[in-house]
Amino acid sequence: MNKPLRRIAIFCGLLVLALLIRDNYLQYVKADQLAADKDNLRVRIERYAHPRGDIIVDGNPITGSTEVKGRQFKYKRTYKDGAMWSPVTGYSSQAFDSSQLEKLDDGILSGNDDRLFFRNTLDMITGKPKQGGNVVTTLNAPAQKAAFDGLSKQGGKGAVVALEPSTGKILALASYPSYDPSAFAGDRDGDSKAWNTLKNSKAEPMLNRALRETYPPGSTFKVVTAAAALENGKYTSADEKTDSPLPWTMPGTTTQLKNEGNIPCKDADLRTALQYSCNTVFGKIGSDLGNDKMLAEAKKFGFDSEQFTPVRSNASVFSDHMNPSQTALSSIGQYNTAATPLQMAMVASAVANDGKLMKPYMVDKLQSPNVDTVEQTEPKELSRPLSSANAQILQDMMQTVVEKGTGTNAKIPGVTVGGKTGTAQHGVANSANPYAWFLSYAKLPDGSSPVAVAVVIEDESANRDDISGGGLAAPIAKDVMEAVIKSKK
Amino acid sequence: MSSTTNPPTHHTSTIGAIGAPSRRNTELALLVFAVAIPVFAYANVGLAIKNQVPAGLLEYGLGLGLLAGVAHLAVRKFAPYADPLLLPLATLLNGLGLVVIWRLDQSKLLQSLPHFAAAAPRQLLYSALGIAMFAAVLIFLKDHRALQRYTYISMVCALVLLLLPLVPGLGADIYGAKIWIRVPGLGSLQPGEFAKIVLAVFFAGYLMVKRDALALASRRFMGLYLPRGRDLGPILVVWAMSILILVFETDLGTSLLFFGMFVIMLYVATERTSWIVFGLLMSAVGAVGVASFESHIQTRVNAWLNPMREYQLSRQVTHDGILHSDQLQQSLWAFGSGGTLGTGWGQGHSDLIKFAANSDFVFATFGEELGLAGIMAMLLIYGLIVERGVRTALAARDPFGKLLAVGLSGAFALQVFVVAGGVMGLIPLTGMTMPFVAYGGSSVLANWALIGILIRISDTARRPAPMPAGNPDAEMTQVVRPS
Repeated sequence: MNKPLRRIAIFCGLLVLALLIRDNYLQYVKADQLAADKDNLRVRIERYAHPRGDIIVDGNPITGSTEVKGRQFKYKRTYKDGAMWSPVTGYSSQAFDSSQLEKLDDGILSGNDDRLFFRNTLDMITGKPKQGGNVVTTLNAPAQKAAFDGLSKQGGKGAVVALEPSTGKILALASYPSYDPSAFAGDRDGDSKAWNTLKNSKAEPMLNRALRETYPPGSTFKVVTAAAALENGKYTSADEKTDSPLPWTMPGTTTQLKNEGNIPCKDADLRTALQYSCNTVFGKIGSDLGNDKMLAEAKKFGFDSEQFTPVRSNASVFSDHMNPSQTALSSIGQYNTAATPLQMAMVASAVANDGKLMKPYMVDKLQSPNVDTVEQTEPKELSRPLSSANAQILQDMMQTVVEKGTGTNAKIPGVTVGGKTGTAQHGVANSANPYAWFLSYAKLPDGSSPVAVAVVIEDESANRDDISGGGLAAPIAKDVMEAVIKSKK
Repeated sequence: MSSTTNPPTHHTSTIGAIGAPSRRNTELALLVFAVAIPVFAYANVGLAIKNQVPAGLLEYGLGLGLLAGVAHLAVRKFAPYADPLLLPLATLLNGLGLVVIWRLDQSKLLQSLPHFAAAAPRQLLYSALGIAMFAAVLIFLKDHRALQRYTYISMVCALVLLLLPLVPGLGADIYGAKIWIRVPGLGSLQPGEFAKIVLAVFFAGYLMVKRDALALASRRFMGLYLPRGRDLGPILVVWAMSILILVFETDLGTSLLFFGMFVIMLYVATERTSWIVFGLLMSAVGAVGVASFESHIQTRVNAWLNPMREYQLSRQVTHDGILHSDQLQQSLWAFGSGGTLGTGWGQGHSDLIKFAANSDFVFATFGEELGLAGIMAMLLIYGLIVERGVRTALAARDPFGKLLAVGLSGAFALQVFVVAGGVMGLIPLTGMTMPFVAYGGSSVLANWALIGILIRISDTARRPAPMPAGNPDAEMTQVVRPS
């Protein structure tokens, strides 16, 4: 019986060998794939096993982590002034994934980034718990507070973006109504309820209006049209009489373009036209220059392309293939023209920075857990929509607007402020609530410009004239500019 | 053997009586490691989960050491020439099993499940009972050939054990497989685990008697020896029995185990390859036949072919009347997440398997926490137990002992293959337990009895040949046989 016994021994050996081969396949060949499977709960357990790194503003964290006792996901995200900062941070939720900075810089915040690999390995060997790195933002806490408080006091939907013209640093990025990401950071029933309430809310609190909503810019777009007129040499000074008949019938149509109220627009110079916000003057400039030239200038200001701050901002729109009358309407910020608040802040910022448009960004640097810099963002020039000389002409015109035009509400003593108001009509037959716009910049006596702001507000009470931009939006812009100037001192 | 060590003046027929190494000290040395390794593992789990050496470390170490010591003394006293590897290997597996069961007891997730009760203390009790069983086998089974007398009683016992789960009121359907019985006051029992041993006794006794008829009376056809029609009877009966198990107890593993064990023993008894061919054909026909109408088997096969789909089905409301389980996919994730070296004791998340994490799926916890390296080591330990069993069969001098040893070893090997293959997704999942490491009294008791019988056979096999009757003509050279 020994021959079959030996064969049975071999057979049993083969059974074990089959198991060994299968195990090698499972735990070596397929191991990484199984371990990183999105449905494998370990991925998320590990993700929440350590306190997350923080997002930092002015040296103070605006986020935190708290331990949830007795739960599978150990650490939960917390936010300080969550509603105020959520347009910057986005959210990080155990149940609902993450967004914006929390998502884009998740590698650093969670500590899983390859650049932290060496440190993580060292920590593992020395037995230290894994830590996430920090994201240091460019934001300015007083400016953000001024922006958010202004919006919430005003009460309607709106957004504010403030930039530092010389670098492109985003100083304020507020959206209203907003949401507190702490409300659904966990994975319990309460979190789902909060999430569903926010998602189903008619007010769309989770929409980041500052970056992701485009509004017809209305009269504020006249700054771009004025820049196009100067850049293309149609007019060469703020005080040169323009060729502007009143009333003016748009080419190819029988429709007269109307001004708001009885304002001195006939053959008005650019300064006066901007001061009173003459539709006829700028509409005619647009249709005279033509679609191509207007589009080229708008693109130089950043229209028609998405911005990555690194949080993505929707592309603002200035259309192509328009006939002269459509171009005329587009040139006063109507028709298809639409802009994000960030885009209009970029317009103000380029003018304030003597024609140089800097790429807007909100992440100053990424830090490892021991605050070594892992990555530093350097300011980058995006384009030059204006020559320095033309930019100064335009600044001069915008300062007139604040000095004695529609934007007097933005005046700050001892500081030179330039701005432009706007009220945009929209909806079918312009029936929806108009948007009140204000964009502005501040210039200090030493010639430097610390801040450029764009404010947009959608409100029932907005009147259909430029005063509303000045009335509703300008005070918020003023507060934001003051906050920045004060914090610089 | 050791003839060179004996003075040449002695008569050759008495030589074998002295000097065959018993290897008991080797066994003792190995047992020290078999106890020390689980104690370190236990400390490790405590440090990983609670950041401190567990309070019960000393008791656990002493307890396990005591059990191993008792077993060792029993072997030393009642089976001094037994194989020295079997006891330490089984002790090591049992100790590691206790550690993993204790580790899973600490899981908050498992604690939150309904019907949670700490399993480690009970498993420790079962282990003590298992060692007692082991010692009892050595004490009361002086010679394994005594079991031959119970050939047909064994058959009846085995049938009763196998049919018990089908008795209304006694049987319990747990997750689709009806292989448990509920004994009031004692909890659940898996009679199939004991049936394994009893059936091996029956097969060995039966085949020893019938082997010549089965082997010789056959016709040659296409290079195979075909058995006579009437000799096909026994294999048909066993086949029918495993099919019935498959149909009524819906347990593929038990069915496969018994039939496989029978084919192995039949092959060894008759030395006819044709029986293997027949066996494979019959099991294929049986399995395919039953799977074609038994939905529970189909579900298992579908889950094996596409565990991810099964996982997704388990997470939504289905109306197909099938209980979908995410266990297999969870088990695969556990293995995959363990990777090459594992997460370390107490640091995995195999509790996500939830139900049966410490019994049928206990191997997944080893996979995650000890990694590929640990699993390979464990598979080799199982392989070593099996090969020592087959080695015992080779060394045994009587056909009954050979058949019984190879039957038990073969069944052990098949069980390891079916369970480990199931949780690693190599073959469809079945409801059996990994010998020694899985939580469950029946399994621990039966496997310790199995090791006891193997040790008894190996003791008989390695025991020096009994001295022949004294030769009255050689009185001067007669030596007293050492006790």
